[in-house]
Amino acid sequence: MSLDLRIPMGLMFTLTGVILTAFGLKTNGDVNLYAKSLGINANLWWGLVLLVFGLTMLYLGRRGQKRLASLPPEPVDETRSRLGH
Amino acid sequence: MLLYFVFVLGIGFALKRYMKTSKDFFQAGRALPAWICGLAFISANLGAQEVIGMGASGAKYGLETAHFYGIGAIPAMIFVGIFMMPFYYGSKARSVPEFLRMRFDEKTRALNACSFAVMTVFSSGISMYAMARLIQALHVFDGLFMQLGWPKEGIFTFSIVLSALIVLLYIFLGGLTSAIYNEVLQFFLIIAGFLPLVLLGLKNVGGWRGMKASVAMVDPRMLHEWKGIMHPATNPMGVDIIGIGMGLGFVLGAGYWCTDFLVIQTAMASKNMESARRVPLIAAVPKMVFPFLVILPGLLAIGLPTPHTTIVETHADGAIYHSITVVPKEVEEGRGLVPAKINPVTGQAMLDASGKPLLDYDMATPNMLLHYFPTGILGLGLTALLASFMSGMAGNVTAFNTVFTYDLYQSYIRKNASDRHYMAVGRWATVGGILLSIATAYAAINFNNIMDTLQLVFSFVNAPLFATFLLGMFWKRTTGHGAFAGLIAGTAAAMLHHGLTLPIEAHPGVHGGWITVLHNYPSDMAQNFYGAIYAFSANFIVAVVVSLCTKARPESELVGLVHSLTKKPSMAHIVWWKRPEALAVAVLVGAIALNIFFA
Repeated sequence: MSLDLRIPMGLMFTLTGVILTAFGLKTNGDVNLYAKSLGINANLWWGLVLLVFGLTMLYLGRRGQKRLASLPPEPVDETRSRLGH
Repeated sequence: MLLYFVFVLGIGFALKRYMKTSKDFFQAGRALPAWICGLAFISANLGAQEVIGMGASGAKYGLETAHFYGIGAIPAMIFVGIFMMPFYYGSKARSVPEFLRMRFDEKTRALNACSFAVMTVFSSGISMYAMARLIQALHVFDGLFMQLGWPKEGIFTFSIVLSALIVLLYIFLGGLTSAIYNEVLQFFLIIAGFLPLVLLGLKNVGGWRGMKASVAMVDPRMLHEWKGIMHPATNPMGVDIIGIGMGLGFVLGAGYWCTDFLVIQTAMASKNMESARRVPLIAAVPKMVFPFLVILPGLLAIGLPTPHTTIVETHADGAIYHSITVVPKEVEEGRGLVPAKINPVTGQAMLDASGKPLLDYDMATPNMLLHYFPTGILGLGLTALLASFMSGMAGNVTAFNTVFTYDLYQSYIRKNASDRHYMAVGRWATVGGILLSIATAYAAINFNNIMDTLQLVFSFVNAPLFATFLLGMFWKRTTGHGAFAGLIAGTAAAMLHHGLTLPIEAHPGVHGGWITVLHNYPSDMAQNFYGAIYAFSANFIVAVVVSLCTKARPESELVGLVHSLTKKPSMAHIVWWKRPEALAVAVLVGAIALNIFFA
């Protein structure tokens, strides 16, 4: 399977993070909006957390793919059908 | 939210080109890494029953709900990883019913395949119903419907059709791989949506200690997982140690995690035996953290002050202003953020047998989301909620199409068709399964707590099943006739028990007592747990007796299927701390620590 899940996952969280952070920045200081979340700008902070998570996933996924490309493909364990090997 | 849907379908399309054989479609080619399968393993279970149901149980029973993790799930996950996975993976069976055919006989498999197929459809139908009701209650699509001028009554149907279409598309295209990938995606999304909720909620009530103080005002028994467990009257769930330990831990928990193909299929998709055994163990690690994520919102919801209709008088410039905050009746009659159930006909709060208003616990977690999240992150939270529904649905649907195609269609309808034919059948089984789920969704409107309903179904079908597997894997004398008779007896015992007993606060009917009421349980959980114990025992005894009366299979046929006749998988080439057993010990220590923490 050559699709590394970390890449689409990283992309999704990075995009979500960017959107949330941008929205948080735009609405920063809006007292009415953030009365619900105890005056904390939840969009901004959580957006940043997701952004970092998404970028980390992307980085790991990219690194994994590069390593996969430079190494010969891992031999599939064909002996798994019989136990004890 | 749109972004998430795009990615979900994108994965389906991206994986479509890899789906060449039925093995790719149904078993993900048996080539996925352990961590992906591990996360999918718990995510398949992280459906409606988990997020909404655990929040509901948290609000209803308090921290005792953590038993579902500490006693119900984690020991069972360790057991399946260490002892059972070698048989599942090693026997090359493609599904759990197929394993039953290898070990026992055709009729045991047919029985299991049929009951399982019905059960998956039922669960995914409940998932769908819960999702549609939630969308309605949270007014997610109200704006859209207003704009288009459609009647509001259509929202329920619209949500069901929409969710069904999305799940259908990505499974239709990418099979099990797509379902597993999406389950992992949903897993992270659920964390991303619920973690800030728990953090904000805890901060609001003043941290862990503040939560304890506010919940103690409702019911101090709700703060302890173990205290008061010796007697049903001293803990909120109304269950004693035997019910919890035997019923939940040994029968329901083990029955679910060890025999339900819904979760087992993700482990069977991994790339080799070591990974397959590690999958449930890896899954157990985040599983230990989940009580914080899904139970706490429910507990916080019940602990918060109930909103009341208030009139605030303000004096300005000699005039008196009245600002009135009107709270709807269901909120007024409720407790904390948990609303009361309102009878749609009379507009009055529905009462239980003892005259107290029935609380709509399923709304605990969704109401928390609405209470704390401002626009923006609210979208993320709602998406996480929807993701959890889809993840539960998708797991059911892939399990259904595999079992239908391999165990019903290939075995009984058309035996020797081409691989392409079976793959097409699998795709259409997906469509059929989803259509049946939609029908179930409309039938599911009469139930109070989703969790209880699902547990009820499990105790009819799954609880006796674990006895069959236990006997089959560890006692070579067990015969096919024995297993079959045991399964029938177990399910019959479960139904009989349910028909004869009733939880104290319920009316006879769907909650039990539909034959006659012989015994009253303090709660429906207690009834479920004991029902499971009776079903398990009936199965065990009948299976042993019938096995002893019938002819055993020759031992040579059972190699690789029974514990005493199977060589232990050699682990000598792996460093000791990388072996599944080492991981199992670490997980076990963690689980014990968790139990002490919640004691």
